[in-house]
Amino acid sequence: MRMAKAGEWVQIHNVLLTARERAVHVPADTRQVPFEMWLKGFLVDDAVQIGDEVTIATVTGRHVTGKLVAINPAYPHSFGEPVPELLAIGRELRALIAEEDSA
Amino acid sequence: MSGDLSFDAVMARRGQITQRAIGIDYAEFEQSPIAFDYEGLMQKSGYSLEEVQEIQKLTQVGNTPLVELRNVTRLVRKVSRPGKGARIFIKDEASNPSGSFKDRRASVSIYRAKQLGYPGTACASSGNYAAAVASQSAKWGLKCIIVQEVFDSRGLGQPEIVEKGRACEAYGAEVWQLTVGPELFYTFLRLLEETGYFSASLYTPFAIAGVETLGYEIGRQMLEREGRAPDAVVVTHAGGGNVTGTARGLHKAGCTDTQIIGASVDLRGLHMASDHDFNRKSFTTGHTGYGVPFATFPDRADVPRNAARALRYLDRYVLISQGETFFATEMLAQLEGMERGPAGNTSLAAAFCVAREMDRDQIVVVQETEYTGAGKHPSAQLTFARQNGVEIRRGDPADNKPGVAIVIPEHPAQMSVEEMDLDAVRRSYVKHALQRAGEYRLSAADWRFLAEDCGSSVDFVRRAVDALCNA
Repeated sequence: MRMAKAGEWVQIHNVLLTARERAVHVPADTRQVPFEMWLKGFLVDDAVQIGDEVTIATVTGRHVTGKLVAINPAYPHSFGEPVPELLAIGRELRALIAEEDSA
Repeated sequence: MSGDLSFDAVMARRGQITQRAIGIDYAEFEQSPIAFDYEGLMQKSGYSLEEVQEIQKLTQVGNTPLVELRNVTRLVRKVSRPGKGARIFIKDEASNPSGSFKDRRASVSIYRAKQLGYPGTACASSGNYAAAVASQSAKWGLKCIIVQEVFDSRGLGQPEIVEKGRACEAYGAEVWQLTVGPELFYTFLRLLEETGYFSASLYTPFAIAGVETLGYEIGRQMLEREGRAPDAVVVTHAGGGNVTGTARGLHKAGCTDTQIIGASVDLRGLHMASDHDFNRKSFTTGHTGYGVPFATFPDRADVPRNAARALRYLDRYVLISQGETFFATEMLAQLEGMERGPAGNTSLAAAFCVAREMDRDQIVVVQETEYTGAGKHPSAQLTFARQNGVEIRRGDPADNKPGVAIVIPEHPAQMSVEEMDLDAVRRSYVKHALQRAGEYRLSAADWRFLAEDCGSSVDFVRRAVDALCNA
């Protein structure tokens, strides 16, 4: 496994509240799972690997500790797949307006 | 500082943490367990319209174009009865620095934080407001922490919110990504206590004052261009700040007869704090999950008294489906050449329906657009919905079922709004107000306050209270 070096951009994870510690008024399904957080920053420790307890310096300069879950984490979102139900709309609406023009 | 960081202990310190982090002593405006001095709060702790305009100029916020949607109007008339089909205009709020009207709200908050000497700002928002706070904080050289509800327990994140986290990081903010649950507020309070940062709440008088310029500009631009006030302005309604600020600004521009129509995406039936329901929504803002509870009980907000009070200003409240909003988003891109984010088009979808009922010589204004991009886009959001078991199909939008089926209209003539019974919303408001007051006996001033605060009469409130007592 790749070792992360001090100064690398990383992501940590923590459980903030276990399922038992959650607020009483949350819905039943939510109360069965822990309340978790993820945060990114520059690694303070050196020569650590995924799963280790590490400290990061966030962009505001604060130190926060947690389990190392990603090194140089990518953004996972995209424009998704073309949606057939949307693709037809432009042509249909243009045709409707053209009909109005020729009427 | 504090020792005990348990959930209950931190929540018990909520009042003192909030007061230090916002710099307003709300006690000064309290009049009874029911009433408070709303205009006093807005005037003393807010800023005048002229001051807000000056503040916003400093960070290039506002003065956005008001664009006539000529092709959309042609389409409206195509599906309207003879003589019907109002002209539709849109306020292109996407041209604000971080891409939405929320820059107006953040601009005044962050200016305030800077004036008061806070070392940084913090904000709990998964939406455009987070990006606006991060952007304005960058402009004023303040550190910024954003706290967001992003993931379900499987670690799956709403694409729209993942994008918003990226945007905040792009503006230099520290972004806390959390799983579903109201304990977000607990985390937020802990961070406020630890850092001493300013809380950029959405619901302070200065945040609402920031939105007034939006309504004011719509009024002035329309008067200059057409020589008359708009007949109706459709406002996407969630927490109530957009409605409140816009309506107050329109009044200040002299447009006192303009009808204010709130519009929300219909997500009734989905629980906002449910781990399971979280990723079955395809909209993370502008929906009934905020719109209804915040109208019926505005003081549920993160401040003791919410400056956003939608019922004072709403003339009508309508609901539109997710499928119709995606349809309207496609319509705006394909017919007007404006690719804008879907959530902001809630008001466009509703305005399309409203314009069909109005006369041809009337004018309806859609009060915002927002930016679009990876994650925050119809194809991204519908791909995600499909992956999470939501059915996507063309058909009659009346068959939309939140969390189950998103039905994209087959024809624009199928678009329609559902009218919310505002009197029922007002009765629910009265019920919440009485619950909050407990055993307290109402004075004449309290009755007047309730009537004003729910946009109705003392007689209406008395009848609502009688009905509650007899129920």
